[in-house]
Amino acid sequence: MATYKLQINGRTYEADVEPDTPLLWVLRDNLGLVGTKFGCGIAQCGACTVHVNGNAMRSCVYPVSAVGNSKITTIEGLSADGDHPVQLAWDEVDVAQCGYCQAGQIMTASALLNRNPKPSAEEIDNAMHGNICRCGTYHRIREAVALAATKTK
Amino acid sequence: MIGNQTGKPVNRVDGRLKVTGGAKYAAEFTAPNMAYGFVVNSKIAKGKIKSIDTSKALALDGVLEVFTHENRPGYVWGDKNYQDKDSPPGSPFRPLYDNEVQFSMQPIALVVAETYELARYGAILVEVEYENYSFDTDFEKNIKQAYIPEKYKSSKPPEPWGNPDEALANAAVKIEAEYSHPSEHHNPIEMHASLAIWEEGGKLTVYDKIQGVQNSQQYIANAFGMQQEDVHVISPFVGGAFGSGLRPQYQLFLAVLAARELKRPVKVVLTRQQMFSFGHRPKTVQKFALGADTDGKLKAVQHDAFGETSKFEDYSENVVIWPGVLYNCDNVKVSHKLVALDVYTPLDMRAPGGTTGIYGLECAIDELAYKAGVDPLEFRKMNYSEKDQNEGKPFSSKELRECYRQGAEKFGWEKRSLEPRSMKEGHNLIGWGFAQGAWEATQKQAAAKAVLTTDGKLTVSCATADIGTGTYTVMSQIAAETVGLPLEDVTFKLGDSSLPKSPLQGGSWTVSSVGSAVKLVCDKVREKLLQLAQQVANSPLANATLDDVNIEDGKISLKNDPAKAVTIKEALVQSQGKSIEENVSSEPVEGQQKYSPYAHSATFVEVKVDEDLGTVKVTRVVSAIAGGRIINPKTARSQILGGVVWGIGAAMEEETVMDNNLGRFMNHDLDKYHVPVNADVHDIEVIFVEEKDDHVNPLGAKGLGEIGIVSVAPAIANAIFHATGKRVRELPITLDKLL
Ligand code: FES
Ligand code: FES
Repeated sequence: MATYKLQINGRTYEADVEPDTPLLWVLRDNLGLVGTKFGCGIAQCGACTVHVNGNAMRSCVYPVSAVGNSKITTIEGLSADGDHPVQLAWDEVDVAQCGYCQAGQIMTASALLNRNPKPSAEEIDNAMHGNICRCGTYHRIREAVALAATKTK
Repeated sequence: MIGNQTGKPVNRVDGRLKVTGGAKYAAEFTAPNMAYGFVVNSKIAKGKIKSIDTSKALALDGVLEVFTHENRPGYVWGDKNYQDKDSPPGSPFRPLYDNEVQFSMQPIALVVAETYELARYGAILVEVEYENYSFDTDFEKNIKQAYIPEKYKSSKPPEPWGNPDEALANAAVKIEAEYSHPSEHHNPIEMHASLAIWEEGGKLTVYDKIQGVQNSQQYIANAFGMQQEDVHVISPFVGGAFGSGLRPQYQLFLAVLAARELKRPVKVVLTRQQMFSFGHRPKTVQKFALGADTDGKLKAVQHDAFGETSKFEDYSENVVIWPGVLYNCDNVKVSHKLVALDVYTPLDMRAPGGTTGIYGLECAIDELAYKAGVDPLEFRKMNYSEKDQNEGKPFSSKELRECYRQGAEKFGWEKRSLEPRSMKEGHNLIGWGFAQGAWEATQKQAAAKAVLTTDGKLTVSCATADIGTGTYTVMSQIAAETVGLPLEDVTFKLGDSSLPKSPLQGGSWTVSSVGSAVKLVCDKVREKLLQLAQQVANSPLANATLDDVNIEDGKISLKNDPAKAVTIKEALVQSQGKSIEENVSSEPVEGQQKYSPYAHSATFVEVKVDEDLGTVKVTRVVSAIAGGRIINPKTARSQILGGVVWGIGAAMEEETVMDNNLGRFMNHDLDKYHVPVNADVHDIEVIFVEEKDDHVNPLGAKGLGEIGIVSVAPAIANAIFHATGKRVRELPITLDKLL
């Protein structure tokens, strides 16, 4: 066990865990940040996507010891009041069904808009194709990413 | 009735919670001093556990206990104690009962530790010695031993009518074909999980992933010899289930057992691999012999189904009812036999029986239409059923013709040429396919409670679930409209076993059953409101009856003189601080039984097939639905889109492959079990046709969870035939089958 100081959502958290513990478990079990989801544990579904220094990363295969001083953002920290353009667009389009995959979808989409504020339809598809939604909300995901792009300054 | 709330494309009332990470699913609840359990699964498919050595796991600092069949406490073990509301006939699996292994990946131990990681590590250290028995998981090999079960879980196949053998022999046009549908797994993205907390005084609180909290409640009470009221099951959000949560799964039993023994809360979360260890859509083979006359009039149907089940329960689903529902034919005979294998019992999966049965039937009909030289859509029109021949009853409503018309128009069907391989674009062959479907719109018994407080806020509750279907939202809409309040003033509560009685959420019956109860209880609130409004001094409504008034936007007004009104808040003053509280239990009324209630679908599909590579792209889908009154066009559309995506998965990708040497499903992860992703999904149009139904239930709504999927896979398969001239009779249609 070792103590890790993690920069998450603009705060410093401390976790006393084994170095190879996936960041996902630290978030969910140690820190109570359960907005990030567990869908496979082996980088196949995207449910666990968080931002590491603004880039989308799968936290289920990201050992806590690799985090260092990187800035982690989870769905809880994407915006103060749930008013990030992607969240607003998601709500407006009513993307979610069961909702379970949506934190991962939103984190992937917001990372895309960070680096490419006006993505083409193809760029949207390419960025989003790794996030599985078993409810089949894919149409609205595309629509919402495009809508969010119009809301991003 | 088109009201002021229902029929509106309202956004999900829980939408914001789901975009901010605020919605909490079963595994996300915690309790002080909570421990974690990790399940050890059997490596063999059948045999005995000779020994199970837990000492290495127990030696780890922080591992609290390892539960196995050797040290598990004695509870009640009768079959009845383990049967739940969705159990097939037979002897249900009882976790840790004895040293017998009945199926691969059977749970055989639970390691409980201070952390999840430690429990998982401990599970690796548990050493098991098995005695292997020979096992049988080979469906094809065992089809000869197929049997008619003593009791069907589904409805019994209808008796034959007419003279099918003779009609078939005399038919001018005939086909015989065998269709095969593979095993599939539900794979909701949320894993099954349970947290069990024993409270002082022997009461139990459980957070569970389940499609009916009262099913878990009853199961736990029976299996642990408890009073039902001492078990409290909570499940506010479910991250998809599609049937996997109809039966309480083994992590629930194990969490409760461990928590009881260790006297501390225990959480058990399954892994993706373990999600393949309980319940799947059964592999099903169907044999068809169909006959028609030269004009394309259907003369005879023979439909024989063989469905997979386990050796300990007789699972069956409605595979062979579809000819009697979808076609008008004078000579029909059907049968449904089971093939018992050493696997876990299959489990209802989105449109159980419909997905498989309609797939086979609609492809076989397409073959027959081709043989008769009739356009497939024309063929359906010619053999349109005006009544449910299985039951001999008229439909409560059936606007399928309108689905044909609007769907064909939107799709451009009249431009289709009958000939296969007749449409090309570059190196892609283009195919257009059609299929129709149906799904029963059952109403079950359900109860509801409504409380209208003096501040004008209404809370309605029922122990149902929202597995992503939109229950929170549509129930709030029904309540708001019936009582006459703005949607913001209404809260709907579900997912708590202490709430009024609900059927399981499944089978597309929630809107029909729970919705009807909500409507009824809100009607009673409405009545009370008028009475109170009449007690207001100089009430302009003094002589009004319920029929004379409108209740809308918080106001009760005379229909013929809307200026004469009392606000709901004014009326509530008369109750002297007391809330209005009403309870109802609703069930189908007598007249309803005279009709057969089905939702219908017509699906038009375009595929592009690259002949050199065998790749198929489903480029266009038009799905026209007759589903009665649509309460919320937005959530309704989402349900149908989701169904289409599932149909694409079934047609092209999904298959859990059995390794008959190991008796184990091989592809038990999301890398090798393919579900549709963004890149598989292109243009999909959903049409809801107007359908008025006064018989189905008080709402006139039919439920949409399954009707969206049933006709998609056959329409895709038929489109692939039209494109390539190849009839692939085995799902999924992967590229190797087209080359
Ligand atoms: S849980 Fe990390 S990708 Fe699936
Ligand atoms: S909304 Fe249910 S898995 Fe995506």
